Amino acid sequence: MIKADTIVIGGGLMGLSTALHLALRGYKAIVLERHSPARHASGVNAGGLRQLNRHMAEIPLTVAASEIWKNISALVDSDCDVVLSGQVKVAETEAELQSLQARVDELNASGFHHERIIDQHKLYELVPRLVSGCVGALYSPEDGFARPFHAATAFRHKAVELGVQIITDVDVTGVDQGDSGWSVATAQGVFSASNIVNCAGAWANQVAEWFGEPVPLTPGAPMLMVTERLPHFLDPVVGAVGHKLSFKQMPNGTVIIGGAHMARLDLEREHADIDFTALKTSAKTVTQLFPHMGSARIVRAWAGIEAFMPDNIPVISASSRARGVFHAFGFSAHGFQLSPVVGRIMSELIIDGKTAMPIEPFDIRRFQEQERNTSVG
Amino acid sequence: MEHHELIVIGGGPAGLAAATAAANEGAECLLLDEQSTPGGQVYRAVQTVPEQRARLLGPDYQAGRDLVTQFEQSGARHLPNTTVWNLNGRCEVGILRDGKTSLLHAKRVIIASGAMERPVPFPGWTLPGVMPAGAGQILLKSSALVPADGLVLAGSGPLLLLLAWQYLQAGVSIGAILDMTPHGNFWRALPRLPEALLAHHYIIKGLRYQLQLKMARVPYFTGVRNLRATGTDSIEAVEFDHRNTSKRIETSLLLTHFGVVPDSHLSRCAGCDHRWDSAQLCWRPQTDEWCNSSLAGIAIAGDGAGIGGAVAARHAGRIAGLGSAHALGHVGSMRRDEIGRDDQRWLNDDLRVRPFLEAMFRPPPELLYQPDDATVICRCEEITAGQVRRAIQDGHHDTNQVKFLTRCGMGPCQGRQCNNAVGQLLAHELDVDMMAAGGYRIRPPIRPLTISQLAALEDMQAGGGA
Ligand SMILES: Cc1cc2nc3c(=O)[nH]c(=O)nc-3n(C[C@H](O)[C@H](O)[C@H](O)COP(=O)(O)OP(=O)(O)OC[C@H]3O[C@@H](n4cnc5c(N)ncnc54)[C@H](O)[C@@H]3O)c2cc1C
Ligand SMILES: Cc1cc2nc3c(=O)[nH]c(=O)nc-3n(C[C@H](O)[C@H](O)[C@H](O)COP(=O)(O)OP(=O)(O)OC[C@H]3O[C@@H](n4cnc5c(N)ncnc54)[C@H](O)[C@@H]3O)c2cc1C
Repeated sequence: MIKADTIVIGGGLMGLSTALHLALRGYKAIVLERHSPARHASGVNAGGLRQLNRHMAEIPLTVAASEIWKNISALVDSDCDVVLSGQVKVAETEAELQSLQARVDELNASGFHHERIIDQHKLYELVPRLVSGCVGALYSPEDGFARPFHAATAFRHKAVELGVQIITDVDVTGVDQGDSGWSVATAQGVFSASNIVNCAGAWANQVAEWFGEPVPLTPGAPMLMVTERLPHFLDPVVGAVGHKLSFKQMPNGTVIIGGAHMARLDLEREHADIDFTALKTSAKTVTQLFPHMGSARIVRAWAGIEAFMPDNIPVISASSRARGVFHAFGFSAHGFQLSPVVGRIMSELIIDGKTAMPIEPFDIRRFQEQERNTSVG
Repeated sequence: MEHHELIVIGGGPAGLAAATAAANEGAECLLLDEQSTPGGQVYRAVQTVPEQRARLLGPDYQAGRDLVTQFEQSGARHLPNTTVWNLNGRCEVGILRDGKTSLLHAKRVIIASGAMERPVPFPGWTLPGVMPAGAGQILLKSSALVPADGLVLAGSGPLLLLLAWQYLQAGVSIGAILDMTPHGNFWRALPRLPEALLAHHYIIKGLRYQLQLKMARVPYFTGVRNLRATGTDSIEAVEFDHRNTSKRIETSLLLTHFGVVPDSHLSRCAGCDHRWDSAQLCWRPQTDEWCNSSLAGIAIAGDGAGIGGAVAARHAGRIAGLGSAHALGHVGSMRRDEIGRDDQRWLNDDLRVRPFLEAMFRPPPELLYQPDDATVICRCEEITAGQVRRAIQDGHHDTNQVKFLTRCGMGPCQGRQCNNAVGQLLAHELDVDMMAAGGYRIRPPIRPLTISQLAALEDMQAGGGA
């Protein structure tokens, strides 16, 4: 039997970051991962570091995370290939620009100033190859991107250096409650700890069910594609109000194109078939907004498997049913940027029983209340 | 989306035979091939090649003509100049034709995409003027363009001799043949010789090539080791060890060949199960007696399912075609078994020579498993063996993790060149088998596709959501 303070189920970035933050405060964590670290969403995502246009409930977290990414070496001894070249969300009409202005007003009223409106002139200065006729944009200068697998590798190295044990190729199929806490029996031995953290990504509902608190989680597989290397033409990450698009040029010249279009997922086989009919929409958007991209060659299209919640914000919370159980999942395709701060919050919940971050909106009970309400109504 | 009963991908002996057999039984069948004429790798341009050059390419080549004639009479439809860039487990096929992209659907798909040359990294292999021998052969077959005098051929495998012989017949001067087959291979292969002699025509052919090359006094070095191509902007010389002395030959063209392996990108992209074949040293899809893969509706025949050569490919194609016609309800199991039985027997007969050939022409292990740190492994992303070793030492214990970390295999060739090299290096460093090292997960498009070609994907009803 191997003992620790905390067992983390899932070796994605959320699990690694949680374990790392526990270790930073001297607590021993074991990460149990079915495959290899960052095999799923955390290793294959678009790497966008975006505060821009997030759900209002996430703003305090994303701003705190942004501070960490700015100096990520201090946390993990590696720069994770972070490039902070800004993110813009393009408005093609005055009406779109007004909707962006309304968001900035709301942010400012809550005391946040990381996003601002830029005019047409500044937009074309930032994105010279953008098709003409766009009117302005929402701009977040301190956003950018990193390389997700590099980031996950850095988190893993640092965690291991601080004493975290990462067990790979181990499928957790259940937990048992004992006198002194929780135990997990696996093909690679029995692990026991006072605390369990559910960082199982798209599979997190299976874990939540063990504790009698199922959630309306939908696994989904957003698609991305990447082009051959092109001469440098773009610094910031570009999105648009009127299109599903995330568009960035990496330092090596390749262009990563996302748009939240979904592949056809077989969760059981952990396999997703690329839906080229849906991906065509992304390609069309790109040719409309960046006409020079038409002749660029697509090298690869892929999908990552992620947990989506009905309200598109995560569950970051202590269990409502079981003592010593915590959840961090359901990041709905935007958890990469949040991962450093989520790990910190989880370590605070486990060690201190509380956190200064406003996490009420992410409580797992919001679904249970909803369930009660709907079943009554 | 255009629907078909059966789509066959690849118009070599396997694909032609498969389409012919299925169509003869009444299946509606479409054959897709990126070449402009049927024939595949081995019978490339078999119909259009002038008589004189066809003779030069040997009698086997002419046998391909019959195959094409039968195919043309079968009623199967041929879509040439058509590149398949995607296949998934739902039998959806993405094609590019005349610059236009569209998706096809079939009840069944037979993959007959053939083989590719085994990529083997060695110092200098990325210099201009160093190329796979097959590329040279394609030049010879399709455009009569023969390389400058004094080319050097290096490597191992039956095709090396065949190629040399073909160049010889074409009057091309060969500076040297560097045979890298390890001397010990012969003794290891010997126990498999009696079985192989049952398919003796292959052995005789091999000996004939060797004899004629000797008679032409082509310098022939055996047991060559430590092959290096050197030069600054392009190759200037090959250097190698022979009988414990280092040698150097100046040349501007080095053709290498280390045998062929299945081109498994389509079957891997679709998600078929594959196993590492430690005799053929390659990934091959798992197939049953009717060539069915692990995925319902997808069969794989010919060299794409494991190297067996052109004759075996033809038999396997017919077996797969019959199997599909049966699955589609065009032929009962009695008739299928009756016609198929002969092909299954001939296929097995023909494959008898393989264990001998595989043992005899097994590439030198140090070349596959122990490249120098400085040798480039991934030519697209310029990743060296040293970088791969560091990633492994860093805790990345399968090829996909190495790929994610180093970008090795993320370039335009989609890992075709470096996948096995990385796997073998990893298996050697960690002392694990290749199944544990794993193959890259192959992502579409498996052939070049531009943004505007995708944007113009022929309209159809939307596919189901996630
Ligand atoms: C295509 C795509 C693009 C994205 N782009 C961005 C972006 O640009 N910016 C951004 O901020 N976010 C982005 N995201 C979201 C981000 O990747 C995820 O929110 C984040 O990685 C989630 O991390 P995780 O640790 O929760 O999940 P995962 O990385 O999926 O980790 C969960 C792990 O748990 C393991 N596991 C599950 N069940 C068990 C079990 N029973 N036993 C053992 N192990 C188990 C799994 O194998 C998996 O490794 C994107 C996501 C996708 C899919
Ligand atoms: C470079 C090379 C040279 C060879 N030379 C000889 C030789 O001289 N003599 C000999 O006996 N054997 C030779 N072989 C071996 C021989 O090719 C095979 O034994 C035989 O051709 C196998 O037949 P097949 O039908 O399985 O595949 P092939 O004959 O290779 O046919 C496969 C066909 O599929 C098509 N195809 C593949 N992928 C796609 C795609 N994505 N989209 C559309 N079409 C596609 C190809 O264009 C090709 O026409 C050679 C092999 C190689 C790789």
